[in-house]
Amino acid sequence: MSKFQFPKAIFSRPVYTVLERRVGSHHLMVADAEGGGALLDLAKSDSGLMADAHVIYIPKHTGDTYSKPLAAFAPGQFYIGSSYEASVARLRRTLLGAHMGLQVYLAGTEGLMGQVQSEAAQAGISPESIQSEHRGSVARRMQCVHCKGITEDVTVDPFVCGHCGLNLYVRDHYSRRLAAFQGVCVNAEDPGNVPKAKELYT
Amino acid sequence: MSGVEKIAVRVTNIVPLNALVTRFEFKRSDGLHFPTFSGGAHVVVEMQDGEILRRNPYSLMSDPADQSQYAISVRRDDEGRGGSLFMHRSVSVGDEMLISNPVNLFALDLRARKHLMIAGGIGITPFMAQIKQLSRTNGNWELHYASRNAALASYGSELMAQHPNGVHIYYDDDKQSIALEALLKGQPLGTHLYICGPKGMINWVRDTAKKAGWPHEAIHYEEFLAPQSGKPFEVKLAQSSMVIQVGENQSLLEAIEAAGVDAPYLCRGGACGQCETAVIGYDGKFLHNDHWLTNEEKASGHKIMPCVSRFEGKTLVLDR
Repeated sequence: MSKFQFPKAIFSRPVYTVLERRVGSHHLMVADAEGGGALLDLAKSDSGLMADAHVIYIPKHTGDTYSKPLAAFAPGQFYIGSSYEASVARLRRTLLGAHMGLQVYLAGTEGLMGQVQSEAAQAGISPESIQSEHRGSVARRMQCVHCKGITEDVTVDPFVCGHCGLNLYVRDHYSRRLAAFQGVCVNAEDPGNVPKAKELYT
Repeated sequence: MSGVEKIAVRVTNIVPLNALVTRFEFKRSDGLHFPTFSGGAHVVVEMQDGEILRRNPYSLMSDPADQSQYAISVRRDDEGRGGSLFMHRSVSVGDEMLISNPVNLFALDLRARKHLMIAGGIGITPFMAQIKQLSRTNGNWELHYASRNAALASYGSELMAQHPNGVHIYYDDDKQSIALEALLKGQPLGTHLYICGPKGMINWVRDTAKKAGWPHEAIHYEEFLAPQSGKPFEVKLAQSSMVIQVGENQSLLEAIEAAGVDAPYLCRGGACGQCETAVIGYDGKFLHNDHWLTNEEKASGHKIMPCVSRFEGKTLVLDR
């Protein structure tokens, strides 16, 4: 599953586009897994772009499928991170030293794009001026509205909160600040009755 | 009654600043406090100029937290339709006037990490209030102010004395100009840009910022358009079933109001969108002067902004 068309949902739910080159003095690109493919498409559309680009890429399960061809475009700065957590210090340092004229491009999973967008908003970039393209897994980063714990990579609905163990139903209600969808107890009024978990979007 | 609620005020002080600009200070006639406002807000001042009721918007330039008085600074426009001339020549200390409550179409975006202000001439006024607001909260800001010369740079020396590190002034007569490209290039992430001044300056700054990759959410500008004079024309108001004449030096909105029809308005300068009026039929050509309608809307012939736009031709029927 590389490109996925999300069904129309409530206003809160983020929507994604296809990355396009924008005028700017510097270009920060952050992607994970299949998101590398979106950066490759962008680089192919305008090869001159990559010389001014700082690429932060987290391959996850994709090995060097995308990192090798990305490196071939010789980005100005190219960093391969083992995880988002390992890359976030570099991201923050980059935003701290950045100037107006920086363009931000995000690609890959919702959890990654949401977290980078939240970091960028804290650095003063309005979310509307950031481009993001979804690729790869439709897994969600979920916040339990009861214990506030975050569970990553949720692919089924309902799911069990990784922190308090409640059975949570997956909402489209999204927090930009937390970069997480909201999970609400599915069986609060009828404790014994938990619906059978289903893969998201099946 | 259209527009925002009005406040009766007394003129308490008139201070000429230079050959062109005079400050007017107001206190409330009822002795109460004014509401606080946010920097960048304007009031609409009503002027009874003989038979004509003029309503002109002016940026508040007093301290937004000072509820004891409001102040505006008015540049005399000898070529204009007469509002600023009326303020300069006919208003005296002690006069009773009506002003609107403050309305802000040029507010600071307080999510910004830094506020970069570009002023040209009398465009300094909204920044006077914004700087007072930001100084109180220890905000991060910088002002670049272009004026013809030192004598005409209203509040220039006051600003330089109070904020020697934040204020940069440029004099046209000395061939000084803002090194805009370098200035924009050096701004930290999260900077918002604010521009108030003549049209040419606003366009220059907006275009340069766009070319440097600034997102449009971070670019704010304010330009009050004065209604243009033009050929007189006739308008049919369908809802009110009357036919009115718009005079040479009168705006369409003023003509509608003079006929006793209550039409919505807020800024009276083509910016806020409040007076947007549907066109039912026309035979002729529109002279659109606002920056509210999109180019498509202007071309469609379905809408007009009566505060600043005019019409030339045989018939115009409005849904008013």
